[in-house]
Amino acid sequence: MHGENRSGTRPCSGPLIYRQSLWTRATHWVWALCLFFLLLSGLQIFNAHPALNIGHESGFGYDNAILRLHAVNTPDGPRGRTTVFRWAFDTTGVLGLSGPADDRRVRGFPPSLTIPSYQDLATGRVVHFFFAWLLVATLLTWLAAGLVNGHIRRDFVPTGKDLRALPRDLADHLRFRFRHTRDYNVLQKFSYCGVLFVLMPLMILTGLAMSPGMDAAWPWLLDLFGGRQTARTIHFLVMTLLILFFVVHLLMILAAGPLNELRSIITGWYRTDGEPDKVSEPHS
Amino acid sequence: MSKLILDRRRLLGLGAAGASSLLLAGCDAFDDLGDRDSRLRALLQNANDLTYRAQRLLIRDGALAPEYSESEIRQGQRPNGSTDPQSEAYLALKADNFSSYRLSITGLVENPARYSLAELRNMPSRTQITRHDCVEGWSCIAKWTGTPLAHLLDAAKLKPSARYLVFHCYDIMDLGPRGPIHYYESCDLIDARHPQTILAYGLNGQPLPVANGAPLRVRIERALGYKQPKYVYAIEAVDSFTRFGRGRGGYWEDHGYDWYGGI
Repeated sequence: MHGENRSGTRPCSGPLIYRQSLWTRATHWVWALCLFFLLLSGLQIFNAHPALNIGHESGFGYDNAILRLHAVNTPDGPRGRTTVFRWAFDTTGVLGLSGPADDRRVRGFPPSLTIPSYQDLATGRVVHFFFAWLLVATLLTWLAAGLVNGHIRRDFVPTGKDLRALPRDLADHLRFRFRHTRDYNVLQKFSYCGVLFVLMPLMILTGLAMSPGMDAAWPWLLDLFGGRQTARTIHFLVMTLLILFFVVHLLMILAAGPLNELRSIITGWYRTDGEPDKVSEPHS
Repeated sequence: MSKLILDRRRLLGLGAAGASSLLLAGCDAFDDLGDRDSRLRALLQNANDLTYRAQRLLIRDGALAPEYSESEIRQGQRPNGSTDPQSEAYLALKADNFSSYRLSITGLVENPARYSLAELRNMPSRTQITRHDCVEGWSCIAKWTGTPLAHLLDAAKLKPSARYLVFHCYDIMDLGPRGPIHYYESCDLIDARHPQTILAYGLNGQPLPVANGAPLRVRIERALGYKQPKYVYAIEAVDSFTRFGRGRGGYWEDHGYDWYGGI
């Protein structure tokens, strides 16, 4: 298969197949909704202490921050500044100091990236915890359904064949060549497994590690993550990885044929490639 | 369908355009959620009750908040909120170094009582090095010394109808139409009787400073900072806290924060 000339393939001219179960489609869209609100309310919460610290506590008498979004006074007036480790960047207008030019405010993330748009930690928390519960409930629903109907075993666990196909799959993706089959390709399996079985549990556990109540019940959370402030930092970093996943996810949908991809995640039906020998074998 | 497959350049252009329009669009579409009386907000707030119930189920009543070692105290306790109350009553107490201070235990108790600071200091005490977690997101480790609240509750004998404790404080937060609005807080009896719940009069081996709540501050170690009221002068056992403030159980709760405060 390697080095095969694929110019003769006829993408998306094969049969329509039923690819995504109702469970998959429904949970997908609830996650999308949850992650949207969790991100923007999370940035609102972050803005109440716009820094990331390492360890159990936040250094006020000493410095244990790896990221700070702040404002400084300069001869040219106040400027927004983003400090990552020892490096400082001028981010006026976006991070540290934002708002209309005649009404700059000291804020971590700008109004356009928080819910509500203005500083309101209490509301950010209300929104965040509601969607956190909804996300966990949806994940558990998906997990239960996926274990019962075989979706997880069949479609998520990479097989030996998947691993052998990895170099070719990687090369195809880099060339924006996509195969449309019933099965997820190996890069999809890795990224979906990474999100659902690594990032999501990490997000939930680091979130719980920030709860003083949960720290009493499960003190191992603090040992696992290296302190409440480190857990908060990891929570933030996992958020950036989820955004990265989301961006790549959208680019892949656009590149692979957005109408077909959207149809499959809304109706379940998916148009596969025309070459019968390219379509994977039916599932056992 | 194949026509929709994009080349890389167009794709990157689209991505950049999408990202910038998202940034400009803003999120004021959801600003109504900030309205404390909005029905949608009330719906979302149900999640806070769920959190309270779930944590009460999951966390043993006596489970202790993590305690730290002396070497982990690397800085002073960061003061936040009120740091220098200006009410007349408080200024008078501060002027005589709190020698005329009395803590009242009132409400639904068999034995109402008043204690001076010296009396509280002569009772059994507990010292704990704990992490103070502010709702804003920061944490600070400090050593707190005080009288276990359970000890005072045993002496006061709660009536069976008592369900919560309300803590009344000297610090004035706002001036309302009917006079000054003082800080207040409340907790359930599980937190009230928790072994780490103390009325702290000492911080890091020194008398509690004014900025941190002198003469007496409540420590409820499994909850956020706003559940640790400072400048406390009365503890009232009640069956409901709806008659205080706006009825939500505390100053910050009246401003939209969750009552439980354990997350």
